[in-house]
Amino acid sequence: MAELHDDALMVKIRDLRFAHGARVIFDGVDIDIPRGKITAIMGPSGTGKTTLLKLIGGQLAPSTGSVLVEGEDIHHVSRDDLYRLRKRMSLLFQTGALFTDLTVFENVAFPLREHTHLPESMLRDLVLMKLQVVGLRGARDLMPAELSGGMARRVALARAIALDPAMIMYDEPFTGQDPITVGVIMQLIRMLNDTLGLTSIIVSHDVHELSRVSDYMYMMAAGKIVGHGTPQELGHSGSEWIRQFMGGLPDGPVPFHYPAADYAQDLLAGVSA
Amino acid sequence: MIDWFQKLGRSSLALFERLGRGGLFLMRVFAAIPSLVPRPRLVIIQLYSVGVLSMMLIVISGLNVGMVLGLQGYNTLVDFGAEESLGQVVALSLVRELGPVVAALLFAGRAGSALTAEIGLMKATEQLSGMEMMAVDPMKRVIVPRFIAAIISMPLLAAMFSAMGILGGYFVGVGLLGVDSGAFWSQMQGKVDFYEDIMNGLVKSVVFGFVAAWIAVFEGYDAVPTTEGVSRATTRTVVHTAFAVLGLDFILTALMFGSV
Ligand SMILES: Nc1ncnc2c1ncn2[C@@H]1O[C@H](COP(=O)(O)OP(=O)(O)O)[C@@H](O)[C@H]1O
Ligand SMILES: [Mg+2]
Repeated sequence: MAELHDDALMVKIRDLRFAHGARVIFDGVDIDIPRGKITAIMGPSGTGKTTLLKLIGGQLAPSTGSVLVEGEDIHHVSRDDLYRLRKRMSLLFQTGALFTDLTVFENVAFPLREHTHLPESMLRDLVLMKLQVVGLRGARDLMPAELSGGMARRVALARAIALDPAMIMYDEPFTGQDPITVGVIMQLIRMLNDTLGLTSIIVSHDVHELSRVSDYMYMMAAGKIVGHGTPQELGHSGSEWIRQFMGGLPDGPVPFHYPAADYAQDLLAGVSA
Repeated sequence: MIDWFQKLGRSSLALFERLGRGGLFLMRVFAAIPSLVPRPRLVIIQLYSVGVLSMMLIVISGLNVGMVLGLQGYNTLVDFGAEESLGQVVALSLVRELGPVVAALLFAGRAGSALTAEIGLMKATEQLSGMEMMAVDPMKRVIVPRFIAAIISMPLLAAMFSAMGILGGYFVGVGLLGVDSGAFWSQMQGKVDFYEDIMNGLVKSVVFGFVAAWIAVFEGYDAVPTTEGVSRATTRTVVHTAFAVLGLDFILTALMFGSV
């Protein structure tokens, strides 16, 4: 991608390093998230996709490197500024993370009640509008436990757009959904991005869905970015990583085995012990 | 032997680390309290689930304990022909000791464990993280309202326990065993001192309530966010509260009533 001017970037990540204890998750990662686009970050389970979103949201701090959100270093701003930035972004958790003690309506109303002083009638209209967008206006009185997985994600999406954010981050929005729901969610992501002028980040391992919905893709493995480009560019590239990923091959540059001692020695070790 | 010392050292280090973290946590709780002043509704909602829902257990247990006290007290007193003092015995045992202590233990089992499990599960299901990402501080929105509600509830529940216990003692002593009703009440009135007994009992229940509330919300907030972690945190709440309450009870009793 041609070097974009900083104003055109919603998020700019430079030389990001992060470890969970001794386990290195990111080892020098650079990512640009352009405004108004859908950017996908793809990687196998356990590469740190959720961790990346939490780093962008300022819930985790990197050991070195920087994450600039709208030009501000999210890990070096005051708590008030952090909260101000967070109101501009939404993170859609993999599980939805709905409040289980509140109805669908109250879940969507939650950020509005916390951050605005709207009169009840206006609040109600706003919530119903957000629910209408995701097609669940009729489900307003249900409790989260009564929703299917796909519905829960749509409610979470309605809640995520309640404060009209500038950016939404989706954590594995397609995982574990039936094909119809996947289609619905893909359409919603595209529609919200284009009609609300949002910036979207999707992290996922569903290559085919991602290449259909995203404008630009990053591939991540073993703590590094191993490829990036538009879906077409990636589809035609010769990289082994990408072939393994696109083809769904069990072994390749992404190993099938978790790091372990030599197999024969490991088996023999039991004999001598 | 060295092994044993190592283990002792390691567990005392762990204990102090935990106490330290609990202390820091408490500071953050205190710092967040002012933010609740404009939003009393958050506390009132919790008062219902923490306090009101614990009332049934407290009422029934208080009544039972009082009835047993009435029975046991009568059997002892009657040998000395002092069964008229039953009212005093029942009231003093309840107000000074059993009210605050038993109410705190029941409170830990009923409300404390529920608070820990609720907060722990909110953490495990990323509801707390989600709140943070919505620029809402879970400390202010979730932890402090529950903490305050627990602190308010405990002394009231302890008082209720004592009152029900006295009623239970009355039913058994006066109703079943034939102690004179007037003597029962007048002995109680004469021998129970407002400052010495009732205020000291109240101080105990406030201290126990504070400790029970602190342990319950801290264990929930600090829980390892997995099914197993939450289950362990819930157990810890009940066990630690019990130890803390019993230990503090001895210290407070010695300070208040003792010539130790
Ligand atoms: N709190 C934590 N402590 C230690 N390791 C963690 C923690 N959270 C995640 N990890 C590890 O970090 C790696 C990346 O996790 P995650 O970001 O959830 O991966 P992904 O979302 O790509 O599946 C995983 O291997 C996981 O085991
Ligand atoms: Mg994940």
